[in-house]
Amino acid sequence: MEGLFFNVDSGFLEGIVRGYKAGILTQSQYASLGQCETLEDFRTQLSASDYGNFLANEPSPLSTSTIADKATKVLVDQFNYLRSNSVQPLSKFFDYITYAYMIDNVILLITGTLHERDTHELLQRCHPLGVFDTMPALCVATNVEELYQSVLVETALAPYFRDCLSASDLDDLNIEIVRNTVYKAYLEDFYHFCTSLGSPTSDVMHRILSFEADRRTINITINSFGTELTKEQRAKLFPTIGRLFPEGNNQLAKSDDIDQVRQVCENISEYRSFFDNTSSQLGGGNESSAASELEDHFFTTEVHLNKQAFMQQFQYGVFYSYMKLKEQEIRNLTWIAECIAQDARDRMQDFIPIF
Amino acid sequence: MSGTGPRENIFATRMALTNTKLRLKGAQTGHSLLAKKRDALTTRFRAILKKVDEAKRKMGRVMQLASFSMAEVTYATGDISYLVQEQAKSATFRVKAKQENVSGVVLPAFEVDRVPDFNLTGLGRGGQQVIKAREVYAKAIETLVELASLQTAFTILDEVIRATNRRVNAIEHVIIPRLENTIKYVLSELDEMDREEFFRLKKVQGKKKRDLAARESARAAEEADNVALEATIDDEGGGDLLSSKDEDVIF
Repeated sequence: MEGLFFNVDSGFLEGIVRGYKAGILTQSQYASLGQCETLEDFRTQLSASDYGNFLANEPSPLSTSTIADKATKVLVDQFNYLRSNSVQPLSKFFDYITYAYMIDNVILLITGTLHERDTHELLQRCHPLGVFDTMPALCVATNVEELYQSVLVETALAPYFRDCLSASDLDDLNIEIVRNTVYKAYLEDFYHFCTSLGSPTSDVMHRILSFEADRRTINITINSFGTELTKEQRAKLFPTIGRLFPEGNNQLAKSDDIDQVRQVCENISEYRSFFDNTSSQLGGGNESSAASELEDHFFTTEVHLNKQAFMQQFQYGVFYSYMKLKEQEIRNLTWIAECIAQDARDRMQDFIPIF
Repeated sequence: MSGTGPRENIFATRMALTNTKLRLKGAQTGHSLLAKKRDALTTRFRAILKKVDEAKRKMGRVMQLASFSMAEVTYATGDISYLVQEQAKSATFRVKAKQENVSGVVLPAFEVDRVPDFNLTGLGRGGQQVIKAREVYAKAIETLVELASLQTAFTILDEVIRATNRRVNAIEHVIIPRLENTIKYVLSELDEMDREEFFRLKKVQGKKKRDLAARESARAAEEADNVALEATIDDEGGGDLLSSKDEDVIF
């Protein structure tokens, strides 16, 4: 029945997004980008792709951050087009996508307010996808209490903040803990929202969101080794969804080193391979490089899952996946540009090709 | 002889000669000491120069690595600069200055003092890259600090070596020749005076001898006269003594 009425509301947008998806850079395009000697060549190569002449008005010399900014702008324009053409419940789905960026922006503003900086200049640094109409209102707040109130009143993130944090928490806790607490609440909420949308959207999105949650759990565990973050605090940051939940999360909350993390991940067949390579490759057990290998595995798997989302029709997962794939593409572009700028050609192949 | 070079303006006396000789001795000792200092400094300077070269090359590599690790962070987490700036509460990287003494030259040396800090940036994703970037940048700054202390030592040593060189050269080429010239001058003057004195004494002796000879001859003549007179008196036999007037005897 889903498929029968899907196209009435969302068929057009699905068509659009699948068209956008066709414009994602391919392996051969990456190969030719990798041949570039300078960023000028890079610009020329990109103009042949779907990006067109998005860098045309930029003065030389180009910087890698400009490329990233402009590429993000292209993505934001596409997203806004999709969003403005959507109807419920797809528009709600789009809102959920923006919440992730909104969290980052609000956290940024909170950090600025806590340190009594001029929050107006912070607005320019905010991620464009997370910008919302009432965001400048947050800049009015001068102390933490006011800020907390205005976050509750003005933003769509109110439920996350209300349920997880109090005004005094903003002051006392490390801002990263605040961010991860809110993000955890967001992931869980998004997960439940997708459940309410029903199959097949929920099938696709649950896979992606579960992975996202597991990835955060593992990352938080690894990154909290050797810091002042206690195990109880750590356990509170783990999203209560995902394939590791609940017993994997419990074990991760108690683990002390990367080997214990490895053992936990052994239980999930997809995650087993993340640690296989690293352990055989390293032998010595260098934790930081093992973790950065892990990060690459995460990115690869994320791309893989998002690509799979396009296999299903009549569901909203494609929109989320497209955003994620495009983000990965921007990261890839930035990486290649960075490698060109810094003349580190041997590392240039370390990005994650999408198609 | 005394006009062959600059000399000090002193009277040519024995005391001045002794003084000048002492000064020459002092100048020579000073020269050898300064030369030793210069050699020590130059050795040090060369070592530092080598180290500076190494440090500069190392810095190039480390900086490249550091900015690349920053690229990795951007890849994994996006822009974190603002968050990191805001969360910095106290300096985790301090530089201490201490002093080192190389043959009388005080060289400042900088030391790194790191306080480990636990920043949870990138907790959700990319924390390992952030930590790595922090480590690499800390290393880069360490290299910079090392380079800074080397460079400071380099400039200071350079100046000191030049000053010492100037002094050594001044002593070698100006002061010592001048003192030597002075000594030569004084010696020559003293010799001259000796010779003059000798000649004068000779002259006086000659004069005395001549006078003596003259007086001898005069006396001889007078004696001869007296003998003759006595003879005449004997001949006349009681002649009137007043009949003839003796010539006045003049000595």
